[in-house]
Amino acid sequence: MTIEELEEIARSERDARPAHSIDVCVAASCLSCGGDEVRKALAAETAGQADGPQCRVRGVGCLGLCSAGPLVAADEQLYRQVKPEDAAEIAGSLGGAPIERLRCATEIPFFTRQNRIVLENSGRIDPERIEDYIAADGYRALVTALAEMDPGEVGEQVSLSGLRGRGGGGYPTGLKWATVAKAQGPLKYVVCNADEGDPGAFMDRSVLESDPHRVLEGMALAAYAVGASEGYIYARAEYPLAVSRLQAAIRQAERLGLLGKNICATTFSFHVEVRIGAGAFVCGEETALLSSIEGNRGTPRPRPPYPAEEGLWGRPTLINNVETFANIAPIIRNGGAWFASIGTARSKGTKVFALAGRVRNTGLIEVPMGITLREIIYEIGGGIPEDRGFKAVQTGGPSGGCIPEAHLEMPVDYESLAGVGSIMGSGGMIVMDESACMVDVAKYFMEICMTESCGKCVPCRVGTVHLHEALRRICEGVGTAADLARLEELGEMVKQTSLCGLGQSAPNPIFSTLRFFRDEYLAHLTTGPARCPAGICVSGEEPAS
Amino acid sequence: MAVIYARPPLPSEDVRWRIVQGTMRRQGYSSNALIETLHAVQKAFGYIDPVAMKFVARSLRLPLSKVYGVVTFYHLFSLRPQGRHTCVICTGTACYIKGTPALLASLKREYGAGDGETTADGAMSVLTARCLGACGLAPAGIFDGEIAGNLTVEETLDRVRAWEAK
Repeated sequence: MTIEELEEIARSERDARPAHSIDVCVAASCLSCGGDEVRKALAAETAGQADGPQCRVRGVGCLGLCSAGPLVAADEQLYRQVKPEDAAEIAGSLGGAPIERLRCATEIPFFTRQNRIVLENSGRIDPERIEDYIAADGYRALVTALAEMDPGEVGEQVSLSGLRGRGGGGYPTGLKWATVAKAQGPLKYVVCNADEGDPGAFMDRSVLESDPHRVLEGMALAAYAVGASEGYIYARAEYPLAVSRLQAAIRQAERLGLLGKNICATTFSFHVEVRIGAGAFVCGEETALLSSIEGNRGTPRPRPPYPAEEGLWGRPTLINNVETFANIAPIIRNGGAWFASIGTARSKGTKVFALAGRVRNTGLIEVPMGITLREIIYEIGGGIPEDRGFKAVQTGGPSGGCIPEAHLEMPVDYESLAGVGSIMGSGGMIVMDESACMVDVAKYFMEICMTESCGKCVPCRVGTVHLHEALRRICEGVGTAADLARLEELGEMVKQTSLCGLGQSAPNPIFSTLRFFRDEYLAHLTTGPARCPAGICVSGEEPAS
Repeated sequence: MAVIYARPPLPSEDVRWRIVQGTMRRQGYSSNALIETLHAVQKAFGYIDPVAMKFVARSLRLPLSKVYGVVTFYHLFSLRPQGRHTCVICTGTACYIKGTPALLASLKREYGAGDGETTADGAMSVLTARCLGACGLAPAGIFDGEIAGNLTVEETLDRVRAWEAK
């Protein structure tokens, strides 16, 4: 495959496009409100019009604004809350005036404030056709890099871009690549962490389902840069569509010689396999993930040695998250300096967030680093429905924290979020209004950590149970000051002494809620009014429905 | 000198064992294929019983304790058969904030099946998922593979009643 051949595929793909296209979002959220029925109705409607305008109906990945689903993009016009009955009207409007009744305004901040790099193809290309991806400049970075750059130059561009790990940790990607590139050994691996376990986070799923080739191209570039020849994508079993699309994408790329043996007629070979998880939150931790790929219980192991030196089957292994790999192709295509021009001094580029909870516009958003939380929640998110008061925004899932109103002006970057006791995390962002009880939220996250603890190390296995027990007592109105003291003391110990990230970060939701919402804890105690101010916990006057 | 190990015979005439065996053969009976193989068993039979565990252990030449350890470690593998219908309620953060506990309580109240339990008559299993990725339409659930959003207690019970009516 040469760049000319790639351009030829792109050209013939563009030429073959029909005059009109209707794209129906069939991502999980739109599916759950009837997206697939809408797609079928539109397909049936346009199939009947043999003499009408030539039209193609496709199911595409996430169009973003989940709360207005099912979403349909007819040519460039976006329609919201479409029902199967609307199919005829939409088909009839092609090439004419848009249907005002269904129109979804795209000039609102939800769309205009976004900067789509990772999601640039999401909802725009057919994820099951490699040609469509190529027509959107796909595999251009890989083919160019193999022809014109040596592996060191690819790594340099990634270092220059300032990209940091999007799985939540924020480790500089270029540095990680350089470590693996330096490691000695005849066989190295590239692993894509697609075990997106944080509740409330579905960015990786969306990328895999909407644009699987983007991830494969990023992995191939990484393999070239670090000298790896084998790759694994560890995906959640809960994402069957993502798995089947990845498998189809791998076969298509192999057929075109963009993956597999002697890619683009060079000496570089890279084979990718999909491994399916079996439902264990801890497998998102890199060493636990490697154990699981090897066919074992997903238990982490002490680092060092880091996977970069001794990873899968003891070989040097590069592990990056889905979103990290999805950023690679644009970085190589446009140069690291371009990427570094977006974002803040220490956090470059964009971040995809799954915005959900008590906010008007829920969905998948991609924003430049450095945007403030207030802009995300009140401009992009449209504020809190029913004019209730804002209470907190939760980032980072069970490893993160709850950020109160006082910090809403804070820019979103790795350091600022860590400064208020939360983390960037993989990108779940849940807005809570005054009806949420922060002790209950802390208990909810601790329950996850407790049940998902792998049991290998004592602080996590035993500590999370006792932390949960103290929170349960407080929620039930029988907690005392001793329980509160135990949360702080034991939490610190679990954080300091656990083996892996799961245990080390498990107390974060407790610490952040204690820091900003201590009065809520005190109100639950027997020494106080012993009731839940939000009325959520059983200690409240009215139990939640 | 290479030692040839005999692979165990299929536990029964059931053709589903051939699917399981095929999965192991494709992976060259490598012990790394344990999780893949268990996925095949779970998919073919709906659960993984001791007969299956022994068969897989002997085929892959792994200790039975290791197979049991892996089966019980991962949530997706089940030691008991599921009900005829399955109702999965999402307990992701957005769904939790918007009322998952009330949905689960209503199922427990009406049908006596809590999280991970099956009704006494084997008609329905109630399961929970950490996150279905449908946070935009929380709370969400999956009823026999069909995903539904913006659930209320009434709608949840209605969907279960529709199964009973059949």
